[in-house]
Amino acid sequence: MKIHEYQAKQLLARYGVPVPRGNAAFKVDEAVAAGLSLGGFPVVVKAQIHAGGRGKGGGVKLAKNAEELKTLASQILGMQLVTHQTGPVGQKVQRLLIEQGMKIDREFYASILLDRAQSRDVFMVSTEGGMDIEEVAAKTPEKIVKVAIDPATGFQAHHGRRLAYALGLNGKAFKSATVCFEKLYKAYCAADCSLLEINPLILSGEEIIALDAKVTFDDNALDRHPDYAELRDLSEEDPAEIEASKSNLNFIKLDGNIGCMVNGAGLAMATMDIIKLHGGEPANFLDVGGGANAQTVSAAFKIILADQNVKAILINIFGGIVRCDRVAAGVIEAAKTEHVRVPVVVRLEGNNADVAAQMLRDSGLNLTVGGDLTDAAAKACAAVKGGK
Amino acid sequence: MAILLTKNTKIIVQGITGSEGSFHTQQMLEYKTNVVGGVTPGKGGTKALESVPVFNTVRDAVEHTRANASIIFVPPPFAADAMLEAIDAGVELIVAITEGVPVRDMVTVKHALAGSRSRLIGPNCPGLISPGVGKMGIMPAFIHLAGRCGLISRSGTLTYEAVKQLSDRGIGQSTCVGIGGDPVPGTNFLDALKLFNADSDTDAVVMIGEIGGSAEEEAAEYIQSEFKKPVVGFIAGQTAPPGRRMGHAGAIIAGGKGTAKEKVAAMTRAGIHVSNSPADIGATMAKVLGK
Repeated sequence: MKIHEYQAKQLLARYGVPVPRGNAAFKVDEAVAAGLSLGGFPVVVKAQIHAGGRGKGGGVKLAKNAEELKTLASQILGMQLVTHQTGPVGQKVQRLLIEQGMKIDREFYASILLDRAQSRDVFMVSTEGGMDIEEVAAKTPEKIVKVAIDPATGFQAHHGRRLAYALGLNGKAFKSATVCFEKLYKAYCAADCSLLEINPLILSGEEIIALDAKVTFDDNALDRHPDYAELRDLSEEDPAEIEASKSNLNFIKLDGNIGCMVNGAGLAMATMDIIKLHGGEPANFLDVGGGANAQTVSAAFKIILADQNVKAILINIFGGIVRCDRVAAGVIEAAKTEHVRVPVVVRLEGNNADVAAQMLRDSGLNLTVGGDLTDAAAKACAAVKGGK
Repeated sequence: MAILLTKNTKIIVQGITGSEGSFHTQQMLEYKTNVVGGVTPGKGGTKALESVPVFNTVRDAVEHTRANASIIFVPPPFAADAMLEAIDAGVELIVAITEGVPVRDMVTVKHALAGSRSRLIGPNCPGLISPGVGKMGIMPAFIHLAGRCGLISRSGTLTYEAVKQLSDRGIGQSTCVGIGGDPVPGTNFLDALKLFNADSDTDAVVMIGEIGGSAEEEAAEYIQSEFKKPVVGFIAGQTAPPGRRMGHAGAIIAGGKGTAKEKVAAMTRAGIHVSNSPADIGATMAKVLGK
């Protein structure tokens, strides 16, 4: 789960990480009040959306006085902010962060995340702050210094020194960096983050400050952090995906026109792949999970059909321990209640698959039985072409 | 002999009295799996499914039954503790079915495994089966056929799909291992491949990967340099968009890394017979084996 920059900074501040003073604002007058409360100009007006690249997209501006602040706040609030991460439609700005302007002497990069190959957390810093770190990694990997943290001992002083030396710091700035790194790691662990990224981390005078903050939580650990779970901003998420999660369905919208309904994430991905191999385009990823009954299939139909691009649906269920005839009964019931308007190809595999196929054929509904995976994908792709 | 789950494996079930645990214990018993006991704190001294003795702790269970393996059906917040308890009791083979274990917990478990005699399969996996010997998992047993082809996979139902394709062509399996879809799995492709390499009853291996991480690439390197048997591969998620978690916690293209394209390229370079379509995994293996 992602959170906004201002929320991430509040979290970091709680663990003693230095951040600029600032306040969130949802309205223009709140923004002005927030700016005035900072006790001096300039202040920075920052659009709060979950996507990165806000500065380049025009979502971060400097205000030299109250009037400018008011103008900028009204410009940015409500704007459709387009960045390289939002897609062409962009994301509507509904929150601002009004922050004190900082003197920036140097810009660094810092992040902590899991290194899957080592099964350890890795703390990464770079002198190339403010840049796209993926680009730095590709072009000048030597400018990124990584330290893996042993889970038994945790973050040690020597880790902090190594990272601070890598940034070429000395004196008070060096000390400030080592303290900051230790606190960042503490926050990362305590909050069960899956990513903590500060870009840029700045040197202002002799102090190290987190000028930006990006935090992603491990969804599997949110149960033990109810206060962080509350920070979820649903307006940043796809409404269909929110709807799906209410029914315990795992749904991701894509651009194609063949809706997919599959049990199991791996098989769901493979089903998307085979549609593509047959010249079709999947409209979504959808994992109905273990219990493919009338209720879950109904919910899945609703979500898939809400997408007007969908011209056909491919249901691919590997029955496993659940008998296929039960799944077929669920599909038939759901197809009736949802008044499915597009052709549906159903491929059920596993116990009693032949009984299930006969049930589908006898249903009198617009259900085509798919034999194996190839046959089902070919039929779904043909159904789309026939519909045009 | 098969790998991991053999005739000498004596199994306990952690969380045996829960609905998942008791249902799948029943299924394992029906497949003639050697389940010797179960563990549910507070229910020690009772019996599950009329005949399986239940203990309060893994240590008690091991002491009384001489079990050397455990399968875990414990809810996510307590799953890591269950794994650590099994490691602490010296259980050699641990299979964790639970989906949704926090990553931080798994980093701790992985560390505990390093200094232990235990091997962990999973979490977030279907478990493993040695057809004809037994199963420690939730897979449908009837699609399997005893034989000499090994299988390693990050997926559940996609594994069943591949197994059925093999069995339909008369290609039986020595052991099928579901290593799970999490970013920190107890056992990865590389570990499982090493076991298959040393197993005289396995002639070839199917490896089913997916987007996210670099475990497939590491496995490919090993296959190229040391693996002695033919390998058929498939990678799910060729059409998956970057930055989105595709159901499995570990199935995500992050920072441009972990794409299907990279993995397929690494596997092809290593001499693995990569099937482009998920429908051709069985056929590709049949071709490789000259069937």
